[in-house]
Amino acid sequence: MKGDEVTSEETTPRRNPFSAIGHGIDVMRDWWEHAKVWQRYLVYIGAVVFALILPAPAIGSFMSPGADWTSVLVYPIGTYILLAVGLNVVVGQAGLLDLGFVAFFAIGGYNVAYFGTQYHWNYWATVVMGIAMAAVSGVILGAPTLRLRGDYLAIVTLGFGEIVRITANNADVIGGARGITNVPHPPPIFGTKFLLDPAPYYYLMIVAIALVIIFSVRLQKSRVGRAWAAIREDEDAAELMGVPTFKFKLLAFAIGAMIGGLAGGVYAGKAVFIEPNTFPFILSATILAAVVLGGSGNLPGVILGAFLIGWLPERFRDFAEYRILIFGGVLVLMMALRPEGLLPSRRRKAELREGTGGMGAMGAEVAGPTTEASAEVNQ
Amino acid sequence: MLQDFLNQILPSTVGGLVIGSIYALVALGYTMVYGVLRLINFAHSEIFMIGTFASLVLLTAIAPAAPATFGIAMIGTLLLCMVVSAIASGGAAVLLETVAYRPLRKRGATKLAALISAIGASIFLQELFALEIIPWLTDKPGRNQASAPRFVPRDELFHIGNAAVRLDHVIVIIAAVLVMIALDQTVSKTRIGRGIRATAQDPEAAVLMGVSIDNIVRVTFLLGGAMAGVAGALYLMEIENTVFNVGFVLGIKAFTAAVLGGIGNLRGALLGGIVLGLIENWGAIFLGSQWKDVIAFTVLVIVLMFRPTGILGESLQRARA
Amino acid sequence: MSGARLGRVLVLAAAASLVLGACAGGGGGSSSGGDATTVKIGFMGDLTGENSAIVIPPRNGAKMAIAEYNAKNPKTKIELVEYDSQGKPDQATSLITKAVGTDKIVGLIGPAFSGESKAIGAQLEENKIPSISPSATNPGLAKNGWKYWHRVVANDNDQGPGIAEFLIKAKSPKKAFVLSDDQEYSVGLAEAVAKTFKDKGVAVETDKFAKDASDYSSTVSKVKSANPDVIVYGGYYAQLGRLLKQLRDGGVTAIVASGDGSLDAQLISGAGQAAAEGAVLACPCNIPSADVTGNLKTFFDNYKKSANADPAIYSTEGYDAATAFIKAVEGGNTTGEKIMDFLKTVNFEGVSKPIKFKDNGEPEANSIFIYQVKGGVLKLLGPSAEAKLEG
Repeated sequence: MKGDEVTSEETTPRRNPFSAIGHGIDVMRDWWEHAKVWQRYLVYIGAVVFALILPAPAIGSFMSPGADWTSVLVYPIGTYILLAVGLNVVVGQAGLLDLGFVAFFAIGGYNVAYFGTQYHWNYWATVVMGIAMAAVSGVILGAPTLRLRGDYLAIVTLGFGEIVRITANNADVIGGARGITNVPHPPPIFGTKFLLDPAPYYYLMIVAIALVIIFSVRLQKSRVGRAWAAIREDEDAAELMGVPTFKFKLLAFAIGAMIGGLAGGVYAGKAVFIEPNTFPFILSATILAAVVLGGSGNLPGVILGAFLIGWLPERFRDFAEYRILIFGGVLVLMMALRPEGLLPSRRRKAELREGTGGMGAMGAEVAGPTTEASAEVNQ
Repeated sequence: MLQDFLNQILPSTVGGLVIGSIYALVALGYTMVYGVLRLINFAHSEIFMIGTFASLVLLTAIAPAAPATFGIAMIGTLLLCMVVSAIASGGAAVLLETVAYRPLRKRGATKLAALISAIGASIFLQELFALEIIPWLTDKPGRNQASAPRFVPRDELFHIGNAAVRLDHVIVIIAAVLVMIALDQTVSKTRIGRGIRATAQDPEAAVLMGVSIDNIVRVTFLLGGAMAGVAGALYLMEIENTVFNVGFVLGIKAFTAAVLGGIGNLRGALLGGIVLGLIENWGAIFLGSQWKDVIAFTVLVIVLMFRPTGILGESLQRARA
Repeated sequence: MSGARLGRVLVLAAAASLVLGACAGGGGGSSSGGDATTVKIGFMGDLTGENSAIVIPPRNGAKMAIAEYNAKNPKTKIELVEYDSQGKPDQATSLITKAVGTDKIVGLIGPAFSGESKAIGAQLEENKIPSISPSATNPGLAKNGWKYWHRVVANDNDQGPGIAEFLIKAKSPKKAFVLSDDQEYSVGLAEAVAKTFKDKGVAVETDKFAKDASDYSSTVSKVKSANPDVIVYGGYYAQLGRLLKQLRDGGVTAIVASGDGSLDAQLISGAGQAAAEGAVLACPCNIPSADVTGNLKTFFDNYKKSANADPAIYSTEGYDAATAFIKAVEGGNTTGEKIMDFLKTVNFEGVSKPIKFKDNGEPEANSIFIYQVKGGVLKLLGPSAEAKLEG
């Protein structure tokens, strides 16, 4: 009576196929903790080289037989990764549930499109403007609502996402339902022109992702990151210990929003055309799924999650109509088999086990001898 | 503007009450599941969708070919629709709980993981219906709108000012209120209802008192699902069309209604649904119908700013942090 | 499964023959074995999404034209490659990069909708791939300066005034109520209609609702309070079906008209026969019915055979778009640029209308046809200038 249905074919019913992976990950993580600086840099360089050769057609013909691989790498994969890293700040680091993250993506995109087409601003200026506007709207949204607890925040952010989309859809100043056409491309960098070939956008995306990752890691290791962890684990205790929780939550919202805005700006620079339907609620849900699937709070996990969620539907274009169905089923199955995500951070894993991290455990569950929550600790 | 307002206020109020009643019925499912599990059951909108299709299939099968008239046959058909939809939706909700939530509960997963599972289940059910079940039920492409025959006549019963109140309006409102009273009585008076309230308040103590959590959770999903099924039957009777993603917008609205009234609070769901339906329609008089959703969410934010636990507050259980 | 595999084998074979043809060094080689060469024409549109009912008929039309052509065993065969964009600009962008880069199409039928057309127009331009859309009606598309872009359908700036002027002629209304949902096509069409009404001195009131809304009670009470003589809805059949039903139930009796997006039998099933009766629909398309004669009759019969359905919206346009490409290929034009040059001067009597393009890619012929729901079926009343309402 405890989820064994799912794993009944295994010889040892307690183990599911992911526990071996989980063990392997732990070994790798231990190595990483004790790795020397040069070893770490080797890994960084390896990651960058990997990212650079990823668009190669040889890889693409396997990875994406149905659509152009480099385009797929920019959108959805790259864009999802950028968004997921941003949402991870809010959900994974500060433990706030945001179901309207797409709003900031939209704000970034619309700023680039609007100021680029109406006032012919430089692309980079419009991106900065988009980031700033996203941060401001993050604060505007957060200020009245961040005092709300978890689930109320979820519905309010969901509402905010819809408000932004519907407003864009009905505001003629920004094109209404027509959207904005002929969004300017970024100006050339080092002689590389940004036209319709997706490759330069891919490298731009890589730079953006790298910067955001560095930023995010630095934050996590700073006083701010520790404050977020404290809030995530026990908000009341954090407040009592002198952490100004409201300010830090607002900061998390603003920073997440800025990253979302950046993603919108990069996206709009390539897309040529944006419309309100580019920013539906389901995109918020998808990005959240990427964060949780990968391992909320752990950057490599989040990136992996976003990659998979962006890539799998493209890879399985052969299944055409059925791929969304499969996507939904995989989410349910993954959460049943590995609710902590593919690559959870160890700390988060411990938190989740105690039911403190993020939004806490579901109600109506009493930990007891049959609860599998403790099964993995013993390995 | 004032003239417009005077002309439209009464008809809009009637329309708001009707759609608000349906919001309220769907909101009950969110509220009950949230009260017991602290889980936003995102797939509840698909439970509602299943209810609309159950009624659709039934209506198509018994095909009331004759022009719709008021009478025993009509009332019988209506009751049958409500029962069939309630069974279909309630059953689907229990199945959903068993497949998508129970394994997570058993592993002590976080609410966040459960939420993702709920979103996954929602996507899965929508697509399953669009690709397989609806074509099988209706012999038409699954993403097309499916239409039901009319069996409740649109007779005008009486006027309130310039607003015509029709038979179908009265049926929706009365049926919704009756069903809700029945549910309220079940939860407050019966043994199983006591179990639900006890679990919502303190699951550990409830277990110690001999309550079977699994049973309680199952019953909660069953009751919430059945309410969504009744809502689906009434919706189909009123709108006479349904489609695989009919639940999406309605589900978000109903969840908003639940939070507005005070999530976990059955009477709050009723109040929230009605308030939401009315405010949307009233706001549309001035701003245009395209702003309905924005009005709804803005009101929600404002209410939560002043009453952080909704209009009536959480009460199926006391608030747990 | 076997169908898919067969398709893949065909693609492979086509690719191989292309490569062989290229190796053989151009025109001289292909004549030797009697092996026909193949060029690829793409078809892009929403083939599985929610508005696929508007895209599948032109796809069938195009498929049929190309099958007829290939059956004649021409020197250069044409292969139709389908790209299912689901009507989404994002999907269209990555698909077109693939179509141009890997599949090397030389022409594109589509994209079916305006949004995706906007998203990929520049890309087609840069790669010199001519496109002919059978159904994208947004007026702005012709204003981008795209040389390679064409369509065989009149745009909403013809359609909107077409509807309004027809209603003015038929009903001489004092007040019109213009409704739409919040989708791009709907808003554009509604605005074009409202503008014509205003220019002709008809008072106009408007309302708009979300595309996924299903309860229109606030809209109905607005319309009722305004008491208009005519109602025009810009948008698709799914929404209009629900709207019509609720308007009629709400006691609104004024005539309701709409455009091409609502011209589908599902309008009648969605609204119910009683509510749909008398609704007027305008369309820049000419849909042959069983009682047509001549060329259209041949088309009707062949289409019914090949697609296993009656011709529906834009099936003739899909056929004509494909025919334009076929004529180009028949004339020995097998590269994007050459086909483009050919299209500049193309001039033939298509099934739907005479096919001839203006410099900006718009069709010369822009007549609007009026349909009306009569006895539960859509009936063609004729071109908007001549049509007369029945009853």
